[in-house]
Amino acid sequence: MKLLRCPINGERPLQEFTYGGEVREMPDPKSASDAEWADYVYNRASEPGIRIEWWYHNASGYWFLAERDIVRDTVIRTFEFEGSAIPNQKSPNA
Amino acid sequence: MFRAPDALKSSYDVVIIGAGGHGLAAAYYLARDFGITNVAVLEKSYIGSGGTGRNTAIVRSNYLTPEGVRFYDASVKLFEDLSQEFDLNLFYSKRGHFTLAHSDGAIRTMRWRAEVNKHLGVDSEVVDPAFIKSKCPQIDLSCGHNMPVLGALYHPPGAIARHDAVAWGYGRGADQRGVEIHQQTEVTGIRVEREKVVGVETSKGFIETNKVLSAVAGWTPSITEMVKLRTPLTIQPLQACVTEPIKPWLDTIIVSGSLHIYISQSSRGELVMGAALDPYEVQNQRSTLDFVEGLCGHILELFPFLHDVKILRQWSGLSDMTPDYSPIMGKTPIDGFYIDAGWGTYGFKATPICGKTMAETIAEDRDHELIGAFNLSRFENFDLVGEKGAASVGH
Repeated sequence: MKLLRCPINGERPLQEFTYGGEVREMPDPKSASDAEWADYVYNRASEPGIRIEWWYHNASGYWFLAERDIVRDTVIRTFEFEGSAIPNQKSPNA
Repeated sequence: MFRAPDALKSSYDVVIIGAGGHGLAAAYYLARDFGITNVAVLEKSYIGSGGTGRNTAIVRSNYLTPEGVRFYDASVKLFEDLSQEFDLNLFYSKRGHFTLAHSDGAIRTMRWRAEVNKHLGVDSEVVDPAFIKSKCPQIDLSCGHNMPVLGALYHPPGAIARHDAVAWGYGRGADQRGVEIHQQTEVTGIRVEREKVVGVETSKGFIETNKVLSAVAGWTPSITEMVKLRTPLTIQPLQACVTEPIKPWLDTIIVSGSLHIYISQSSRGELVMGAALDPYEVQNQRSTLDFVEGLCGHILELFPFLHDVKILRQWSGLSDMTPDYSPIMGKTPIDGFYIDAGWGTYGFKATPICGKTMAETIAEDRDHELIGAFNLSRFENFDLVGEKGAASVGH
């Protein structure tokens, strides 16, 4: 993977981007138990496969989402983040 | 050097997943110290094919946390006698290890590390630029007039060793004591009943066992998923390269956290060089041109005369990183499932002590005192062990 398609700037060299980690849903801090909160803070789904991640275009200060195969290091698609509608962590065909 | 058993037995007292240095060392000490020899070490590829054969072979103990220093110091002491014990030349070579400081902030961290090290009896001191120059006359302390070297943390016991031979030595020693090493045997599942391990599914059939050790570093998430255990591990490639062999000139090991480089010269004359982790998660041992360009740029700031030396080959290994740069070791909430992971960028130097402590942990079903702080439960209890002396931490 050497190029990444930013949803607003088009295809740009990978060096222009910062990786933001897998998309995760935050439990409600008011109702989450200590164990749920610790799980959210530290634990990650790192098993091989396809997943949705945060990426940031440094020059334009823009966060967006990418669906990427972390074993083959290929991006399947990139798309805009639309408000609170965070897609499922795992793609349906993962 | 090893027997190649043709078939798996139907049951073993202990099954170890991964025939790298850590897995084989655990098998060796289980057999030698505890007389537990009905052990199978399962390896999906070949012995030492993962991180064991891909690191830059540095051994040191000048870490920052008391937990880390004690642990790695015990490892260095074991390393020093290993060639004798195995009757196998590990090319263990004490070189003296310099961690360069290019800023006041870095000097402060070096002083902190030196004082913790000395308090725990580890030979470690902050030294000035003239001392560095006396031990390594070839270095350009102005660092290309970019980030001048202000001093260093000097660790005389710092050493390099032939990493493959460490795995072979432990493997042969375990094999001679009756442990079976099965290469080309992949674990496909772990059977758990009532939170207790009862067996392992492999590409060559099912094995009954009540004790399983996962010692697979960068492949740990695939194994922990089999027992539905969540961990904080993320997997990132760590790349390295060697130059063509040249006349011996570099006695010491030179590391710079600020430039993200480390360099030493092997007994074959190659300069062995490594850098920081790749900037995003990938579970693939691929190499990149970015890495060589970035690394060589910084190496040339310290050693400009290397400008016409060629890179011979480059490679990558998978690092299983934890948020506090300390490993995850010991018992888990699943009875009979033991973990030795989170080895990120520091697994090779810990090989002997990991084997020894995990063997005791498995034999007695109780975390060895040196690894108590590294249990997976620290992430539930918000009780982390921040190891800022790790190679991948910038200062």
